[in-house]
Amino acid sequence: MTTNILEMRSITKTFPGVKALSDVTLDVERGTVHAICGENGAGKSTLMKVLSGVYPHGTYTGDIVFEDEVVEFKDIRDSEAKGIVIIHQELALSPHLSIAENIFLNNEQKGAFGLIDWNKTNHEAAALLARVGLKENPTTKILQIGVGKQQLVEIAKALSKRVKLLILDEPTAALNDEDSDHLLDLILHLKEQGITSIIISHKLNEIKKVADTVTVIRDGKTIETIQKTDVTEERIIKDMVGRDLEHRYPDHTPNIGDELLRVEDWTAHHPQDPTRVMVDDVSINVRAGEIVGIAGLMGAGRTEFAMSLFGHSYGSRISGKVFMHGKEIKTRTVSEAIKNGIAYATEDRKHYGLNLLEDIKRNIGLASLDKLSSNGLVNDNEEYKIANGYRTSMNIKAPNVLAKTGKLSGGNQQKVVLSKWIYSDPEVLILDEPTRGIDVGAKYEIYAIINALAAQGKGVIVISSELPELLGICDRIYALSEGRITGQLPIEEANPESLLKLMTMEKPR
Amino acid sequence: MSNTQSPVTEETAAGGGIHPVENKFTSWLSHLLSDLGKNGIFLALLAVVLFFSVVTDGILLRPQNISNLIVQNGYILVLAIGMVMIIIAGHIDLSVGSVAAFVGACSGVFAVSWGLPWWLAIIMSLGIGALVGMWQGFWIAYVGIPAFIVTLAGMLIFRGLALVVLGNANIGSFPAEYRALGNGFLSNVFGDLDLDPLTLIVAAVAVVALIVGQVRTRNARAKYGQEVEPIVWFVAKLVLITIAIGFFAYALASYKGIPVTLIVLAVLVLIYGIIMNRSVFGRHVYAIGGNRHAAELSGIKTRKTDFLLFVNMGVLAALAGLIFTARLNLAGPKAGDGFELEAISAAFIGGAAVQGGVGTIGGAIIGGLIIGVLNNGMSILGLGIEWQQAVKGLVLLLAVAFDVYNKRRSGGK
Repeated sequence: MTTNILEMRSITKTFPGVKALSDVTLDVERGTVHAICGENGAGKSTLMKVLSGVYPHGTYTGDIVFEDEVVEFKDIRDSEAKGIVIIHQELALSPHLSIAENIFLNNEQKGAFGLIDWNKTNHEAAALLARVGLKENPTTKILQIGVGKQQLVEIAKALSKRVKLLILDEPTAALNDEDSDHLLDLILHLKEQGITSIIISHKLNEIKKVADTVTVIRDGKTIETIQKTDVTEERIIKDMVGRDLEHRYPDHTPNIGDELLRVEDWTAHHPQDPTRVMVDDVSINVRAGEIVGIAGLMGAGRTEFAMSLFGHSYGSRISGKVFMHGKEIKTRTVSEAIKNGIAYATEDRKHYGLNLLEDIKRNIGLASLDKLSSNGLVNDNEEYKIANGYRTSMNIKAPNVLAKTGKLSGGNQQKVVLSKWIYSDPEVLILDEPTRGIDVGAKYEIYAIINALAAQGKGVIVISSELPELLGICDRIYALSEGRITGQLPIEEANPESLLKLMTMEKPR
Repeated sequence: MSNTQSPVTEETAAGGGIHPVENKFTSWLSHLLSDLGKNGIFLALLAVVLFFSVVTDGILLRPQNISNLIVQNGYILVLAIGMVMIIIAGHIDLSVGSVAAFVGACSGVFAVSWGLPWWLAIIMSLGIGALVGMWQGFWIAYVGIPAFIVTLAGMLIFRGLALVVLGNANIGSFPAEYRALGNGFLSNVFGDLDLDPLTLIVAAVAVVALIVGQVRTRNARAKYGQEVEPIVWFVAKLVLITIAIGFFAYALASYKGIPVTLIVLAVLVLIYGIIMNRSVFGRHVYAIGGNRHAAELSGIKTRKTDFLLFVNMGVLAALAGLIFTARLNLAGPKAGDGFELEAISAAFIGGAAVQGGVGTIGGAIIGGLIIGVLNNGMSILGLGIEWQQAVKGLVLLLAVAFDVYNKRRSGGK
């Protein structure tokens, strides 16, 4: 009998072409709060999905020992039956059902004839809500309560399943300070009741507040496990980023000219909840030939900033000024933004970037049909020629430009997206996660394209959650945290440590 | 290349000498197969026609019946054109039958009750169709209510209004010019002959225009370095089409000539074919149906496009209502019953995708013709309306199932 409630031994998990986890070991002591830290994409969520049975036994190698017994989960229900409950970042609640209905979803409190016993349901739910300190009527609908309270409902739901090991994936990412504090207190409170928790987070101050032990994961490997007394911010940051910067980036000699784009005091609110500030007074500028990075953790407001700027495609109550060549411009609609020389290539190609039913040619032409048409009729042959030119120059691997984009690999799809925006002939390109989901070789090609654009005198803004990438290609990097620009560093002064410090800087309170 | 290397190149050239024949044949075959795939719907029509001409002992292909096929299905084909555009954009329109009835009733009031000139009555009726389309387009595009709901409401609203306009009575006896829209023929301009020369001339002009157009498209593509199909296959296709048009024209010419409905249809197919294939607007419709978010982020005004699509549908529904009323010479309360379902079926049988983004005008027309031939063939066989309904339903289900199966197969990569 050990004191460990959970031991994950030599877990290795591969996806086609990628080793997501390699020989990861994790020991969690009973009755403690164990934090897991790591950069975006380090493998934290994958590890938790292995643990909770989302990736069933047999799709990974290594052993999971839970309560001194090797377990083989086939799905999430198996793990829940043992008392392991995971609460994902995106909450899994049904908005139109009540709190009580959500708590007992698929675990209904049945009475006579197998019908639902509503009195029992609501009574039990009220008891669980009291345990998590949520003062709401169990019959209130989920959509009527805020995200913070929804998080507590998820925990109440976990408690209803007799949870022994609670896993919280970035639980405070979407919460305000008050709700975050309440949640962290609750985790400590549950610890006193004997519930072990794993909390995934990269907010260092909250880790220091609740965690007894911290394990750092990087590039799918366990780096080290640190006891609370030894935890320092510097040590965790060093563990998180301490990788070698290889020659994965093409050489880039900046030739920086005059200012192209300047954004002043840009503010945007959440589209559904206009009281939540998502982009807070952001001011940035980009000069001709310059590659500017925007670094920020998940939920820092990177995409929200870019999309609200690009034709108010995100958010509500948007304010701020935009200047191009020192002259104020408006970007209220996407076509206005395009006309004024801005292009935005989305982080989510499949949902926001491409028409996967259509061919390469039509996707490339879509944002520039004005140029390709006269009297409202599109010149198909001209479009073919243009698209074919990009196929060659961008090295898009497809038999011809009449191939459907849905059949291309991620890297080639990304090249189609880039071609489309380059053909729209913008002055400034905003590239949101330009290399997400792309293999290493294609990444290099994308970096070379970015360099070529800068060499032509375009301004390029690169949004990325991979710090090495930003450090490898940018001339200057802004750090974004909680919707605010917390600083900017010229590339000479930027390093992972200095950036992470800015990226995790919280609002003064 | 230096001289010392020339033997090597010669060798490879000689080695490759065997392959071109094989390559030519395989590329020929692959073109044939890919065209068969693309024209599967056309082959389906051919199969249905062959089947019914055999089981009806050739009655199906008699000149009078061919002419009837066009005139009887004209209004469905007009609706199918608008419907497939709506479906490509990812919407649906359930109201077209009611709108056709409503506009037919209005045209009765204009042309018969008020005694307005026939052309004014037609223009005003089309205008009412446009207004109906604006009404529905407003709710769908700018308020954001799903088209299913808006047009379901429209189905009830305009059926009701048609009854209000008619005042529980039929309106009949339309002017002759108005009636021509539904059952007029363009013929006998050269006197009453056995074989109408005008029909044959028009067909000849159509064939020449088609060939010239196809050759020019082919040449332009070749000039821009695009792959073109082998010349043999290209010529064979043109010959086949010429034979089909010739047969069709001969049939019409030996009956009463060119139906006015066919002229209207031909003009519509030409215009809308160009709109959907070559115009910026058409591109926007496909882009919106394929991925609305991506279209929005490419600067496309999705709301305006949706709005215009429904205005267009309103006008075409009005035109269908006019043709139907003209054909019956009667504006009645039951007009247009079930038209929406036939038009929607035509679009889906013609290869439109339920999720939007895919479909063609030509496909919808052929889909409509398949339904028309099924109706006509089963009527000739004396099958009751109950069996006709059931068979048409089954055909629709199988057509969409085939589409879904195809997509799963190609998407399962």
